Amino acid sequence: MKEASAKKFETTDGHDEIVLEIEHLKKSFGSKEVLKDVTLKIRKGENLAVIGKSGSGKSVLIKCIIKLIEPDEGELIVLGKNILDIDNRELNETRQKIGFLFQSAALYDSMTVRENLEFPLRQLPSSKKKEITELVEEALKNVGLLEVIDKMPSELSGGMRKRVGLARTLILKPEIILYDEPTTGLDAITSKEISHLILDVQKKYSTSSIIITHDMECARITSNRIQVLYEGVFIAEGTFEELKQSKDERVCSFFE
Amino acid sequence: MLTEKISENNFIRTLGNFFSEIANVAKFIVRFFKEIFTAPFEFREIIKQSYLIGYRSLPLVAITGFIMGLVLTVQSRPTLAEFGAQSWLPAMVGVSIVREIGPVITALICAGKIGSGISAELASMKVTEQIDAMEASGANAFKYIVFTRIVSTALMVPLLVIFSDFIALLGSYAGVNIYDDINFRFFFSQVFQKLNFTDVIPAVIKTIFFGFAIGLIGTYKGYNSTSGTEGVAKAANSSVVISSLLVFIIDMIAVQVTSLLR
Ligand SMILES: Nc1ncnc2c1ncn2[C@@H]1O[C@H](COP(=O)(O)OP(=O)(O)OP(=O)(O)O)[C@@H](O)[C@H]1O
Ligand SMILES: [Mg+2]
Repeated sequence: MKEASAKKFETTDGHDEIVLEIEHLKKSFGSKEVLKDVTLKIRKGENLAVIGKSGSGKSVLIKCIIKLIEPDEGELIVLGKNILDIDNRELNETRQKIGFLFQSAALYDSMTVRENLEFPLRQLPSSKKKEITELVEEALKNVGLLEVIDKMPSELSGGMRKRVGLARTLILKPEIILYDEPTTGLDAITSKEISHLILDVQKKYSTSSIIITHDMECARITSNRIQVLYEGVFIAEGTFEELKQSKDERVCSFFE
Repeated sequence: MLTEKISENNFIRTLGNFFSEIANVAKFIVRFFKEIFTAPFEFREIIKQSYLIGYRSLPLVAITGFIMGLVLTVQSRPTLAEFGAQSWLPAMVGVSIVREIGPVITALICAGKIGSGISAELASMKVTEQIDAMEASGANAFKYIVFTRIVSTALMVPLLVIFSDFIALLGSYAGVNIYDDINFRFFFSQVFQKLNFTDVIPAVIKTIFFGFAIGLIGTYKGYNSTSGTEGVAKAANSSVVISSLLVFIIDMIAVQVTSLLR
């Protein structure tokens, strides 16, 4: 309780720099409107949890942020760049500053765990072999999976894949991190560890994150603020405690 | 009346789809050629893919090559014997293997083995969001996945064809020896007597196009597959069908072009 209220709107370095700004974002697939009108701002060092029913468009939303999915309408300013307007080179540079954890982990099947983690690093021009090895080992240690470093993804359990995916996401020390259900499919203890890891990353590097989750415990631990997505629009916003008091049925149902 | 209308509409739609597909393939090719001139060149990945594509196809290509040479020899022998021209057998078989049968059969086998493999691999990478993950990390996924595979097949198919030609000639030697007892040296001197550079060079050049077509269609179908496991099978299947067809079309064009140049 005390922990949660102290966290409220206190970002790690306490200033109001906006790192991510979404305005009136819309996206349809065929005749199906998935995102109807999404507006969102995230400040430096802030963790935002997005909760919402399955199929409400959460994954589509964060994929739009790095332009894996091209939105139909709206503005999207990420780290000062208008994502929808920049060329490929600039887009890739911006993407390197953004970490993305896929819901399915999306590990590269044909590569070992080590090669999976090395992949994002290969674009750094100056990285030396020894530094890379150290970075990889440190990242795996953080998720408690150093022992699987030379295994193939197919040899790992679902939860292990998720954690390796998380290590790969964090290895570039991104300024913004988009987590798509980081704790789904993990046991309660590991979930808690992962939630605390997300919090640690925020504190240590003052990153800003969007954490998509169904796991209210994870939302409680990691977030400064929560937004509720319902059928393609945000219907409520506030801290964990505030939303818990909400009278709105669509919001309450998450806290039961 | 009604059914006529429907089928007419269907026909127009199919035609429209066909042309938009052609336009997409053209865009894909343009993108490929643009990537040739921009870093990073992904040499390591090209070498790795060449190993996977080339080396792993050697046994299959060798077996089919040997049988092809053997069968062709055994089948041609009676006809030549009728004219009392058995001594022409090595030269005739050599020319038909190197100029035509070796390249086409080997390319068809590569379309089946390499093309479908690439399509299925890329399509399943797409389904499991691995391609998205590469792009999300700021990498050029097209370069890393598509470009390297097209280059590797365009390089490896010609080498596989040359290898297969050679094995086919060995098969042919075995075929000749079923009936006559001829010396290895003599057989090959007979073959190469009738085989000119003007036979070999165009044959090799066209196999580069075969390889390019197989790599192109394989990656195109995989990279653009629709999601779902069903998409994986579909991609692999249509990649084999289209690239096999392309092998014949390219072969036909190549024959016309070489006969013009002669
Ligand atoms: N590439 C696509 N093509 C067509 N429809 C899509 C595509 N991606 C997502 N959708 C549709 O968009 C809707 C929202 O999908 P999304 O994956 O964002 O849901 P979600 O909120 O992440 O749900 P979950 O909690 O189950 O992951 C779904 O109805 C889905 O069918
Ligand atoms: Mg999702």
